[in-house]
Parts: sequence; C-alpha cells; structure tokens
Amino acid sequence: MALQSLDIKARSATTTQPPVVRDPVHVAKLIDISKCIGCKACQVACMEWNDLRDEVGTTTGTYDNPRDLTDQSWTVMRFSEVEVQPGRLEWLIRKDGCMHCEDPGCLKACPAPGAIVQSVNGIVDFHEEHCIGCGYCITGCPFNIPRISKKDGKVYKCTLCSDRVAVGLEPACIKTCPTGALVFGSKRDMIAHAEGRIADLKERGYANAGLYNPEGVGGTHVMYVLQHADQPELYAGLPKDPHISPMVSLWKGITKPLASFGLGLAVLAGFFHYMTAGPNEVEEDKEHTS
Amino acid sequence: MQVTRRQFFRICTAGMGGSSLAMLGFSPTAALAEVRAFKLARSTETRNTCPYCSVGCGVLIYSLGDKAKNAPGEITHIEGDPDHPVNRGTLCPKGAGLLDFIHSPNRLKYPEYRAPGAKEWQRISWDEAFTRIARLMKDDRDKNFIARNDKGETVNRWVSTGMLAASASSNETGYLTQKIARSLGMLAFDNQARV
Repeated sequence: MALQSLDIKARSATTTQPPVVRDPVHVAKLIDISKCIGCKACQVACMEWNDLRDEVGTTTGTYDNPRDLTDQSWTVMRFSEVEVQPGRLEWLIRKDGCMHCEDPGCLKACPAPGAIVQSVNGIVDFHEEHCIGCGYCITGCPFNIPRISKKDGKVYKCTLCSDRVAVGLEPACIKTCPTGALVFGSKRDMIAHAEGRIADLKERGYANAGLYNPEGVGGTHVMYVLQHADQPELYAGLPKDPHISPMVSLWKGITKPLASFGLGLAVLAGFFHYMTAGPNEVEEDKEHTS
Repeated sequence: MQVTRRQFFRICTAGMGGSSLAMLGFSPTAALAEVRAFKLARSTETRNTCPYCSVGCGVLIYSLGDKAKNAPGEITHIEGDPDHPVNRGTLCPKGAGLLDFIHSPNRLKYPEYRAPGAKEWQRISWDEAFTRIARLMKDDRDKNFIARNDKGETVNRWVSTGMLAASASSNETGYLTQKIARSLGMLAFDNQARV
C-alpha cells in the first residue's frame, strides 16, 4: 500500500511537522436521515469489510441492534420515536458512528504517538498498533464514539474505510445503502447535495430541515441531513453544539506544558546548584562504613 | 568496571531523568503513518447473482489468490456489482452478509433425501437425485397426462405435478426452464424471480 505519510494533517502526541504542501480532495459522508429506512445494511457491510463480528445480543424491545457501539460494531442505527407536532409520530433513524471531526478531540487527547492520525482528506483514523489503551480519546470525543476492546485493550472506531478511500473507492456502508440515504464524495459536493435535499424537505413541510456540520468541532466529515435541524437532540441525543471536553484543553493546554516547564526548571536548578554549591562531599571513612 | 554506590545512584538518576523526558514528548517522532492495506488488491473477482430474493441483485465475489493450481480459492469478501442494472452496487443487509451465508456450517451443499415416513435425511449423489426425479416425473405423467378434454379437443395437460424455479436465474436459464416445463404439458409452474 502506498505510504500515506505525505497526506497526514495531524498525528497524536507528535512534535514534528508533517508534510502539508499537498492538498488532496477533502472527502465527506452525508447521511440523509429522511431517506434512511433502518435496514442496517450499512452495519452488515461495515462488519463484513472490516472483518468484525459482534456477539449476538438480546432484544430489549427496541430495534437498536446491537444496543450500542462496540469494538466490533463501528456503526449502529439509533431509532427514536418522537412527536414534534402532537399526534404526528415520527420515526427518526440515525446512523451513529465516528463523525471524523475537522478538529478531532480524540487526537488532541491521545498521548500515544501515532495512535490517532488525521489525513488531509479529513479522515481521522486509529492505528491500533500504537494504541496504549489509556482511553483518553473516549474522554476527548464529543460524540462518545470510540470503544475499548476487552480482547486486546485497544480502542476501535469507524475508519471511514480509509483503506478503500486510499485506493479511490467509497466506504463499504456507502456502497451498500439501498435507499441512497448514504452518499460519499468531496465535502463540497456533499454540501451541495445536502442543500438540494434540504430544499426538498422544506417543500414537504419540514420548515427546520438543515445540515448538521457542527462548527464547534470545526465541521465534520460525516454530516447529517436532519428534518429538524433546530433540535438535533431528537435524534438519539445528537449534541446541538458539540465541543471538545474542557478537560482535554486543561490537560494538554495548561497542565502538561506547566509540568514540563517545572521539570525543566528543576533540571536547571539542579545544574546551577551543582555548579555554584558543588556536590555534597562525603568523607572517605563515612563512605566505606555506610 | 568498578561502580561505587554513589556512582550507581548517579547513573540511575540520569537514566530515569532521560527516559522521563522522552516519555513527556521531548523526543521527536517522525510523522509517518500507513493505512490498512487494501485487501482486494490482487484477489479474483467473480460476478454472480444474490441467491436470496426475487430482486436478483448482482454481486461481486472476491476470493483469495489468482486461480493458480496450488492455491484453491477461498471467498473472502462480497459486495454489490456497480455495473448491475438492478442494484447498481447496493445490497440489502442480507445481501451484504452473504459471506457468512457461504461459510455457514448449515449451508446445503448437496442433494439430500428423506424417504416417506423416515426421520433422517440422507445424502445422495446428483445422479441419484436426477434419476429419482426423472423416474417419478415420468411415472406421474404417464398416469395423469390429459391429451384431450371432454369435447375431444387436444389440450396436452399435465396438472398433477408442478415446478417451482429459483430466483438467481439468467434470462437464458429462464427461457430454457420455461421450454422444458411447457413442453411436458406442465401448467402449475412458478418462479421466485418475477423478472
């Protein structure tokens, strides 16, 4: 496989500058919730392509299956029954999974060099061979997506099929979607496609239809067309204004540099103390008797 | 080499300090990464039709190896055929999971026969199966074939046996199946693939 090093935008816990001169096409996945029928073909295609097989669960009275994202299920359908207008039931089905943020909280929080890599095309990929299993990315994620594996203690999530995209293919979930609710292409094209869909939805009586591409995380490379964009919480708790947890910026922005500074100061103080006051002299007989 | 107790402490302190600094990110790491290798690069691609429903979606079956004599193929991946006019690359959840259908331990791979009144299925050869089907069809047709109706008109009907054909049939297969069934005079004839 071609070395993708030239197309890296950011790499966790890495101080060197990645090469950023080349600017390949920025990609995006668009999920049109108004077209989704909840068939879960995308879930199956995801598992099949990525060689994952989740455990058979138990039914709990909802269509959500599996119940939650796991290290083996990188995408799940979340079914919500809501009445936005009283007496008019709506069944909102949201495909949950990594949003591939432009400003990824997971990557910011990650202390393991190279365990999380963001490509210039927008994909945020976990490289499990470098993962130390600390789970900081789970705290850093504004969408609660990464899941730690009980098998190997490493964290897994949707890769946006970076292996397929790298050779010019669409992700597995996109290809299989029978209703065309999932589309993939350049981010610009996806926004244009979404505008067409939103105009259509508005014509059909969804006055608040809109695109979910939250600015709080710099925009995302997985976007939703929502019938009720003014209330994203309706869609199984999609955050209205997602932000990276303040704990991440507190740790990475203040605590860590401060501690590093303190450490450097201690080393310097030790050096100058050695130079000015000199080492602690011990008499010969005491050295041998102790 | 002689190391005094004091020198030993110094070595330990220097080592601990150095490794702590490295752990805190003061050692530059090259910004390199690779994506997972594309697993279909040189696998064999075979076109087929999904066996499930009457929609008849086209699928691409990918198998290990290049059909070399010493490398028996193993199906590793299936996805929709973008050139197929029915599905244009898409697949439903059942079609998307065909890989596990193929490798299922419960998959029927050969004809099985359960004798009247028997509980057990027994494996038989294709020859035995075809011979038995032909024999029973011939006996039944000889006994129940209606060449003429009450008015004496030629009808050539065989209404005591029916035939149900599969969904994953090409136009050519469908044409031949129709010819065979109708030439025998068979009327009860249906096909899951309503195409």
